[in-house]
Amino acid sequence: MSVDFIYPEFEVVRNDSRCIACRVCERQCANEVHSFDPKQGSILSDERKCVNCQRCVSLCPTRALKIVKSNCTLRENANWKDDTIKEVYKQAASGGVLLSSMGNPKEFPVYWDKILINASQVTNPSIDPLREPMETRVFLGKKPDRITRDQNGNIRCKLPPQLELSMPVMFSAMSYGSISYNAHASLARAATELGICYNTGEGGLHEDFYAYGPNTIVQVASGRFGVHKDYLDAGAAIEIKMGQGAKPGIGGHLPGAKIIGDVSRTRMVPEGSDAISPAPHHDIYSIEDLRQLVYSLKEATQYQKPIIVKVAAVHNIAAIASGVARSGADIIAIDGFRGGTGAAPTRIRDNVGIPIELALAAVDQRLRDEGIRNNVSLVAGGSIRCASDVVKAIALGADACYIATAALLALGCHLCRTCQSGKCNWGIATQRPELVKRLNPDMGAQRLVNLLTAWKHEIKELLGGMGINSIEALKGNRLMLRGIGLNEKELEILGISHAGE
Amino acid sequence: MLIDVKNMDHRELNDRIRDAQEDCVITNCCGQRFIAVGMSGKHITIEGVPGNALGAYLGGASVTVLSNAQDAVGDTMNDGEIVIHGNVGDAAGYAMRGGSIYVKGNAGYRAGIHMKAYREKKPVMVIGGRAGSFLGEYQAGGLILVLGLRCDGRKIVSYFPCTGMHGGKMILRSDCKDVVFPTQVSCHPATAEDLAEIREYVENFCRKFSMDTETIMDAPFTVITPNSSNPYRQMYVAN
Repeated sequence: MSVDFIYPEFEVVRNDSRCIACRVCERQCANEVHSFDPKQGSILSDERKCVNCQRCVSLCPTRALKIVKSNCTLRENANWKDDTIKEVYKQAASGGVLLSSMGNPKEFPVYWDKILINASQVTNPSIDPLREPMETRVFLGKKPDRITRDQNGNIRCKLPPQLELSMPVMFSAMSYGSISYNAHASLARAATELGICYNTGEGGLHEDFYAYGPNTIVQVASGRFGVHKDYLDAGAAIEIKMGQGAKPGIGGHLPGAKIIGDVSRTRMVPEGSDAISPAPHHDIYSIEDLRQLVYSLKEATQYQKPIIVKVAAVHNIAAIASGVARSGADIIAIDGFRGGTGAAPTRIRDNVGIPIELALAAVDQRLRDEGIRNNVSLVAGGSIRCASDVVKAIALGADACYIATAALLALGCHLCRTCQSGKCNWGIATQRPELVKRLNPDMGAQRLVNLLTAWKHEIKELLGGMGINSIEALKGNRLMLRGIGLNEKELEILGISHAGE
Repeated sequence: MLIDVKNMDHRELNDRIRDAQEDCVITNCCGQRFIAVGMSGKHITIEGVPGNALGAYLGGASVTVLSNAQDAVGDTMNDGEIVIHGNVGDAAGYAMRGGSIYVKGNAGYRAGIHMKAYREKKPVMVIGGRAGSFLGEYQAGGLILVLGLRCDGRKIVSYFPCTGMHGGKMILRSDCKDVVFPTQVSCHPATAEDLAEIREYVENFCRKFSMDTETIMDAPFTVITPNSSNPYRQMYVAN
């Protein structure tokens, strides 16, 4: 019906003087925007289908293409914005729940951008990382409160299981199914080369990737897809997914259309059948119940691996983390509300949860106040975008960070936010073989290694500037941070002073 | 091999089972959790009441409990067999993907929740008595069979069975006139084919608990299957 007509969001601008009708754009677009008109000998575009993934723009050999935001707009209205109105039209036409991909794009404060890092001047010499050793290695897991000695006076060296990382960054959970085989291969290889970990997400572990086990975190979520003894044994750590920053409080739902071939085999569900992860774990109603799942996994793997509990950053996150820290978990991963997703209801993604910066600061402080900070390591995720975000997170109390969107960008993602369609032209969020092969795992892995190698250098530079030579010495060192343009309450929660103080 | 587990914690208990070269009989069991988790190739008999998460992630092991068991029996079980000569608590067979669970008595809430099947793996749970609410919630595969023995006039299954069911099959030994099912499933009286399918499991049940197959089979059975394996397909609109 015409009332539902929404003018296309983007326009395809083709420079006819440059276009040579080579039809690359037509072949590259899984959304079928471009088509060749044999009568005219020229390329036509159907911009209604365009998602602005920039694939055609990037591959056009004559730079004849650009995608621009349409300037056909509804009458300006600060309350009823374009998106808001169009969402009403979509729902009125379909009766469906709005489904979006990737992280919350709305204008909420990004606290990382309102925090500044310190540097040494005069009194405390800075360190040149090119000349002096810098320790970026971290060990995640429960740490003993004190040193104990045996009867001969020797220090007892047996620690609870630890996850060793060459730098305080890991690739966070993205399931095989939500992303492609080649994306997983890239992550697994890069994690191995970098000496960090990637995370299977709740999609099981493809048999080809068992070889990367020492650099793999295997996830157990409410649907228990692909979980069995060998899977648990394969990883360096096991993550219990209680929540995800992009969609706290709800489960996951991989449509049957994406459960094909290897994805079906890895998840161990029949082809074409939906893979539904219920919102809660139906055996967890309390911290005591969580403890039961933690210990059943520890028992099953004979206490050889640290157990991570991943929770979304929500209002009472400090109290929740305090409970989790007493559940026997070795590591708590907190996922902020700007965290990415392959698909989440728009309303949940854009309105539920709290920023990771505030959640992390609140949790670290609470665990310190209660004297249980050493019970667990903290991993912060939910939009860590660059090396300075990592440094700020560590100074706020994180032991390490999870990144995912940044990793996908390294693989070629252009953040068009239509992962749910399964037609990712960059071969990342798709299972179509002809699209998957566009992502070369050798190049993908190399680009991820490049990215994090660069971040590692930057982290060292920032540390050196502060006169600090190890991640450990920065952890929770909030004196190294100052707020800019933040109110008293925000500064209080972040536990930092204002710039100039 | 007899293992007396009085006052023994679960960690030591499991180590003893792993170290044992022969079949194990565990005596004086009193609430120890996680017994036999992830184990394969073991035959374990338990005297006393085991705690939660008995046989979680079970591989090919077989576990027999001579009395009741508690919550989360066979959580994410992959293979093997668990036999309970009493009642079980809540969430028995949560997400089990293979193997079988036989319960002589009743089951608590959420038995068989998110049970799934895959290729040659088809989990089977047989409950001799009644089942609590939310039986087979999110069931995605496998077979849940409830025999309703000793119902004493009460319903064979309590409230909200099969909510979110999108695969597998549930068979209840009842005409189910008093049971309310959600709209996303269909029910029909068991056909000869259905009855042939369950006979093997009823025979196993009767062998384990010394009952008569024909007496049990001689009753109305109702078969419940989901209408769609994609129940939520229409719910979303891309944004």
